[in-house]
Amino acid sequence: MRIVIAEDSVLLREGLIRLLTDAGHDVVATAGDADEAMAVIAEHRPDIVVMDVRMPPTHTDEGLRAAIESRGRWPEVAVLVLSQWVEERYATELLAGSTAGVGYLLKDRVADVRDFVDAVVRVGEGGTALDPDVVSQLLATSRHRNPLEALTPRETEVLKLMAEGRSNRAIAEALVVSDGAVEKHVSNIFMKLDLPPADSDHRRVLAVVRYLEDAG
Amino acid sequence: MPVGIVSFVVALTLAALTAGLLITFVLAVPVLVALLLSIRALTHVQRSRFRSLLGVDIPPPTRPVGETWGARLKAETRSGDTWRQFGYHLLALPLGVLGFVLVTTVWAWALALVTLPAYAWTLPANGLFGWELHSPAMVAALTVTGILLLLVAPWVAWAVASVDTVVAVALLGPSRSKALARRVEDLTRSRAGAVDAADAERRRIERDLHDGAQQRLVSLAMNLGRARTRLRDAPEPARKAIEEAHEEAKQALAELRDFVRGLHPAVLDDRGLDAALSGIVARAPLPVRLRVDVPGRCSPTIEAIAYFVVAEALTNVIKHARATTAEVNVTATDGRLRIAVTDDGHGGASPDAGSGLRGLAQRTAAADGVLRIDSPPGGPTVIEVDLPCES
Repeated sequence: MRIVIAEDSVLLREGLIRLLTDAGHDVVATAGDADEAMAVIAEHRPDIVVMDVRMPPTHTDEGLRAAIESRGRWPEVAVLVLSQWVEERYATELLAGSTAGVGYLLKDRVADVRDFVDAVVRVGEGGTALDPDVVSQLLATSRHRNPLEALTPRETEVLKLMAEGRSNRAIAEALVVSDGAVEKHVSNIFMKLDLPPADSDHRRVLAVVRYLEDAG
Repeated sequence: MPVGIVSFVVALTLAALTAGLLITFVLAVPVLVALLLSIRALTHVQRSRFRSLLGVDIPPPTRPVGETWGARLKAETRSGDTWRQFGYHLLALPLGVLGFVLVTTVWAWALALVTLPAYAWTLPANGLFGWELHSPAMVAALTVTGILLLLVAPWVAWAVASVDTVVAVALLGPSRSKALARRVEDLTRSRAGAVDAADAERRRIERDLHDGAQQRLVSLAMNLGRARTRLRDAPEPARKAIEEAHEEAKQALAELRDFVRGLHPAVLDDRGLDAALSGIVARAPLPVRLRVDVPGRCSPTIEAIAYFVVAEALTNVIKHARATTAEVNVTATDGRLRIAVTDDGHGGASPDAGSGLRGLAQRTAAADGVLRIDSPPGGPTVIEVDLPCES
């Protein structure tokens, strides 16, 4: 997978390069600020950009703005946004429009190397990776306003895992239940949320996250 | 004395001219301006005289404020300060003369009487006020009086200077209410400065931690994570040590993250109160309805205070109120930011009960805000905060 890294901390940039190279990916270019990132993306058209939110010059949200702009200009380039703190508002802005090829994770998640690399690949292939922290915030926000309350606690749990982009098999493993049980929960969720069931893992996430967006 | 004469002449002449020319308004204005400028200049001279000769620092009188030149002229003409200073410049001459006469008289008499024995014989026997100047008893008595006068003379000079000083401070300095008003202004400004500085300091520390310790710790956790996946074949104790270090690094990251967020929420700067507050609300373990109706932005310090007020109030609700739902309303009207946090818990909240609410009251008061807590036993609890939008 061809990857661009936009991160102002040299330490982390080097670490990410090693991590992704170890896993057999190709880091084609790096950038230290948002403008540089846009130029590098335009030049290399990578499969995915891993982008830090706070970068020079203002150290506020330029990474997020760049990510949103990049998605508008090059929809085929996936974006994985990393941050020291995840904000519900940033997630909503990032997910507005399309949820294909988008990720938003706490920076801490890079510590769990395998999960992180999996998330990069999933997003790079057009999937979604949302930090559990983001998901719970989006769910909490939506719970205050919509019929998600109709879900049982177990169904909410399944929905959270779905929103993180996991497959039925992975959800079954995580909850230590059978695949069949998970499928039943999933179809219940769709029914309660009035969403048409879909066959692929990815479209299912789209539906869930789109629902969260509408609520948020 | 010389200053007194000059000021007396200048002030009186110009005042008389102004009064005389008042009928011809156009001519009176330049003379009035000259008078006001002279008053200011004379006050300046007198203040430096008191400072250099008597070591008395008279605070400068208030300067009139106004957008235009005309407005300032009007303000200065109407100001009580101006006419009190004018009064002093008129009084300076008679006061100076009186003081001069008194002091020189006392000194002259003292010296004359002390040295009386030396020349008493040259005077006619009943030369002075019919006193027996050739009687030794009388000369002795007068000499003693002279010594006493000599002792008293410095005190007389001191008293004259004191009277002058008291009059000058009363007339040249700002009036008491003005002095208090100025003190309040100074204190308000310095307090606002202190609050802003504290807020800026928190932002700086947040930024330093974000750019420094947090990045380094992420890097450390990442390296330990890599080691953990790559060194699967390492001996059991080594693997265990790496695993433990990895978990601890992740734990430290999580703790540092919460701490840094508690210093200052970065999202507040770029997205404002609504976004920052929806972050807190989304993390609350109970349903919280958030309504933010703030058209513009308030000052960064006020926004930070508002943010922490809501955060602390919600923490209080979660910890103590046993509420099932809460509501946060933030509105901005007429330059005031109003926050109301309501919960359906059991009530009884008071600033005396916990340090959280007391801290809220202090933070609010430091920005000239007002905190009201209405929490009857049995609930519901309403915490209202009213802050100026600008600090």
